[in-house]
Amino acid sequence: MTLVTDPARETVIRKKRRRDLLIASLSTVVVFGAAVVVILQSPGWPAVKESFLNPVDARRAFPSLVDGFWLTLKLFLTAEPVVLLVALLIAVLRGLTAPILAPLRIVATLYTDIVRGIPTILLIFLFGFGIPALNLQGVTNEPLFWGWAALVVSYSAYVSEVFRAGLESVHPSQAAAARALGLNRYQGLRHVVLPQATRRVIPPLLNDFISLQKDTALVSFLGPIELMSAAAIYANSKFNYTPYIVASLFFILLTVPMTRYADWIAARQRQRSQSSGAGL
Amino acid sequence: MKDVGGSHDTGVGVLRVQSVHKAFGENAVLRGVSLDVDDHEVVTLIGASGSGKSTLLRCVDLLETIDSGSILLDGTDISWPGFNANEVRRKVGIVFQSFNLFPHLTVLENITLAPRKVLGHPRKQAEEEGSSLLQRFGLADRAAEYPDRLSGGQQQRVAIVRALAMQPKIMLFDEITSALDPELVGEVLDVIRELKDAGLTMILATHEMSFAREIATRVAFLDQGVVAELGEPDQLFGNPQEARTQQFLARVHKAGRI
Repeated sequence: MTLVTDPARETVIRKKRRRDLLIASLSTVVVFGAAVVVILQSPGWPAVKESFLNPVDARRAFPSLVDGFWLTLKLFLTAEPVVLLVALLIAVLRGLTAPILAPLRIVATLYTDIVRGIPTILLIFLFGFGIPALNLQGVTNEPLFWGWAALVVSYSAYVSEVFRAGLESVHPSQAAAARALGLNRYQGLRHVVLPQATRRVIPPLLNDFISLQKDTALVSFLGPIELMSAAAIYANSKFNYTPYIVASLFFILLTVPMTRYADWIAARQRQRSQSSGAGL
Repeated sequence: MKDVGGSHDTGVGVLRVQSVHKAFGENAVLRGVSLDVDDHEVVTLIGASGSGKSTLLRCVDLLETIDSGSILLDGTDISWPGFNANEVRRKVGIVFQSFNLFPHLTVLENITLAPRKVLGHPRKQAEEEGSSLLQRFGLADRAAEYPDRLSGGQQQRVAIVRALAMQPKIMLFDEITSALDPELVGEVLDVIRELKDAGLTMILATHEMSFAREIATRVAFLDQGVVAELGEPDQLFGNPQEARTQQFLARVHKAGRI
């Protein structure tokens, strides 16, 4: 295929593009520059610099922050797969129509309604202090475990709603086509509806992952020394808050790649659905 | 209302639809349809939109439950509530107007899914059979593609092959060319012609009048939920007996659809 081009038009377009780039760069420099000037000229800046941005304290706190970071990472990496599994199960249960499953359906609906209504931090308190207080035989009193469990319970409720939205977004004609081919309801769900639904909900799922990563910090209220409490311990003993900044950087290190990945997936899906819309 | 559907004397057909009623809420779509279909017969259903053609096909495949009447498949009443629908769908294949291919599966996977999961065929066998079906209908080079990379005509041919892969005794086609651009209709109709030559029993709901006449062993004209007239194609199109049939065909003629 030969492309027909018009040099005069292209010159105008190129000029406009160059001007847009210049304006964008200038306005960025002006806005950020102004912000930096305001902060550096503020009366409290020297004190803030000393207590929040002290390289010596950053270096001293670093090893304990790394330990905290590992715990945060472990919490997240073990909670996430369980959340996915439980959430998927709940979403599927809520969509089933067989009469014998009515009690399960009711439990699943109540679960999402109630758990979503309770702030995660409250659930963590209830699990972390309440369950060990029962003195149950053969049940661990480990606060770390109950904090983890509270995160799983809380996030499963949110994520199940994401899955349910995905399941409902698959057109009923797909399930009908599966049934017409002789697949039973379970097979239709497993091979036709679920794969399409999960693909569609990947971007919102990643969003909830990011949120879960950050909420692992809430487990610190029960005592385990994860990233945030590691920073707090240092800050409270040395009266220097630099470790908070370092802890934030750790969290960002974890969440930014995830955010970029979520955006990338969403963009790819958008592109794919557009290209298929054009037909062939 | 007079119903001539059951008057065609063929003995016990492979499919017997007997005074079937079906309403959606207040809207009675089928009001006593009767139709017998013999082995190796091709029956085309014609009639205005809303006359009940699609609903009849969906009822035969048990995608809809009927309100009264009976549907006998090989002498067994399949329409009774609670009858194992999956048993019916192994014998009856259906192709829809809107293809309904599975977009997350390749063409070959679309075709092999049901044989593997429902008939329990090993993957290798299902793929070999699927590939030879694709070969037969000129789609072999599309096996690894995803449906959205195919033209509408190709997608509909894949949908037909997908239904055929279950080796149905009888095939139902619900307006399978209505969603296609005119230049793509021919390739799909060629598939139907080949299936007729192969002796497959088929029922087609269609708006393609010349095709309905060409392919059918018998044509059923549906009007207001009953078979208003049933006959050999040349008789029904050339010398319709019922006033309603004459009016319908006159309207179709006027619209330039014959």
